[in-house]
Amino acid sequence: MGTSKKDVFIIADNVYTPIGITTQQNFEQVKNGVSGVQKHDRPDLSDVPIAASIFNQDQIFVPGEHTYTKFEQLLIASIIDALSHTDIKVDDPKTGLIISSTKGNISLIETEENNEALQKRISLNTSAQLIAKHFGFISQPIIISNACISGVMALVTGMRMIQSGRYDQVVIAGADVISKFVVSGFQSFQALSAERCKPFDKNRNGLNLGEGAATVILSGDEKYRGNIRVTGGGISNDANHISGPSRTGQELGDAITKAITNAGVKAEDIDLISAHGTATHYNDEMEAKAITHAGLQNTRVNGLKAFYGHTLGAAGLIETVLTKQCMEQNTLIPTLGFEEMGTAPLNITTAVSKAEIKNCVKTASGFGGCNGALVLSK
Amino acid sequence: MSAQKQHITSSCIISENTVYKNERQIFAQPDVEHGVFLLAIYQHFELNYPKFYKMDNLSKLGWLASEVLLKDSFDKSKYQPEEIGIVLTNANSSLDADIKYWESVQDIASPSLFVYTLPNIVVGEICIRNGFKGEDALYITPQFDAAFLQQQVSYLLCNNILQACICGWVDVFGDEYKAALFLVEKSDGGVEFGVEDLNRIFSI
Repeated sequence: MGTSKKDVFIIADNVYTPIGITTQQNFEQVKNGVSGVQKHDRPDLSDVPIAASIFNQDQIFVPGEHTYTKFEQLLIASIIDALSHTDIKVDDPKTGLIISSTKGNISLIETEENNEALQKRISLNTSAQLIAKHFGFISQPIIISNACISGVMALVTGMRMIQSGRYDQVVIAGADVISKFVVSGFQSFQALSAERCKPFDKNRNGLNLGEGAATVILSGDEKYRGNIRVTGGGISNDANHISGPSRTGQELGDAITKAITNAGVKAEDIDLISAHGTATHYNDEMEAKAITHAGLQNTRVNGLKAFYGHTLGAAGLIETVLTKQCMEQNTLIPTLGFEEMGTAPLNITTAVSKAEIKNCVKTASGFGGCNGALVLSK
Repeated sequence: MSAQKQHITSSCIISENTVYKNERQIFAQPDVEHGVFLLAIYQHFELNYPKFYKMDNLSKLGWLASEVLLKDSFDKSKYQPEEIGIVLTNANSSLDADIKYWESVQDIASPSLFVYTLPNIVVGEICIRNGFKGEDALYITPQFDAAFLQQQVSYLLCNNILQACICGWVDVFGDEYKAALFLVEKSDGGVEFGVEDLNRIFSI
């Protein structure tokens, strides 16, 4: 089963965040313990100061004359850098484009008059068409908006589209922007920490929000053999609650197991898990149970939300690219903010160290009860 | 490995104040606004699910369509919970709920409104109601895209990721709304799960 599956290689990528605008910059910053999460007094975002990882207000992402929104500029800037590392043709009908975002251009609702033109401008369809046109993609963009698992789902979707022969290569880009709309919503759930978040820690008290973008380019071309591969994916639903995670973690655990089976490996082959780790009480507890359920309780786990905050639809992509860096450099990165185990026991990374890493799992969970997992392999 | 073909074993369209099941009109209430119509469907089919009243219009529409779709047409005991999944598409994401949430923020932000500012919540509502735990997805497409839908769902069934899938279109914005749900199973009977039939039923 699965032995004749086509291999899908990561051939280029980018991470574009407040702490760096290339993958390499981001990985160096994380290794050096630099976090993007700072306290901000920004009345345009929140009536009270918040801890978040956000860009400077005057930062330019795409210079020159244009009408792209901040969300679209982030996508464009990230895709430009990723494309610069490959020679793939975007105007090839066998090149796919997948856009992942949780809230896209929703910030426009805060400042613009609500009319039909604005509603069209907010639509993810509009953004996707603009991005496709900017670069000259000719295939119809695929848009995934599946809460906080969007990025992981976009990668799984891209992998399958190459395996099924629909595309030869796929550009997968995700971004989200932090605005009052999003901040107020998470505040209403009392989900935000006033300090930098503490994934899996005993004293964790909520998440930080973050903005950023990331791009991953996948190809089925054998000339990339030797690159890190996306080898498996699994997606499930808790069928329990629209805004609270499963009590048992069984469904995320099942998604992890499905991804591992799909990848043709076994739980004992997994060397590292890049967890969702939002640092809310319920998410991290559920995730620890899920990881245990999948038989990975002794496997090393990292969580990167204290570096980036929760970047929503970009999170799965950003964290997957950093995991790929860990594999290439055989380097573990720490779970900033974690000090003392605050969930079912896991093997949480706490420092930069060397280790041979052959197979990794990336997980995500979100509102609506959705769970996603993917496997990266050397 | 099952060699059975994929068939549409049930369909439900809710559009223009009319409900169709398997291409037959089964309920209509002209000349009422769509919030009233959604409640009328709930009452007409004698549904009893208090969570319905808390849902936004997108979730109400999708949930009602799924109830009509599955009623007397689906034997869920044939499947494990993780073998049944949902793939939905729409054009307007959760914009209807987004606008209502943002209007409410001027007073006080409400978590019960904010949670519906995600287009995949309707998927979660249907999963909760029926205990479906398989793969799900929400894609944004400019209009109903039968070829894309067929391709995504067919992949999940062919690769045995799912054995049954509820799929289709659930879109709400302002006064405009439409749901078109299809139950796709590996079976000997039913309507062929192909682009032509999807489009024909969609535009009934």
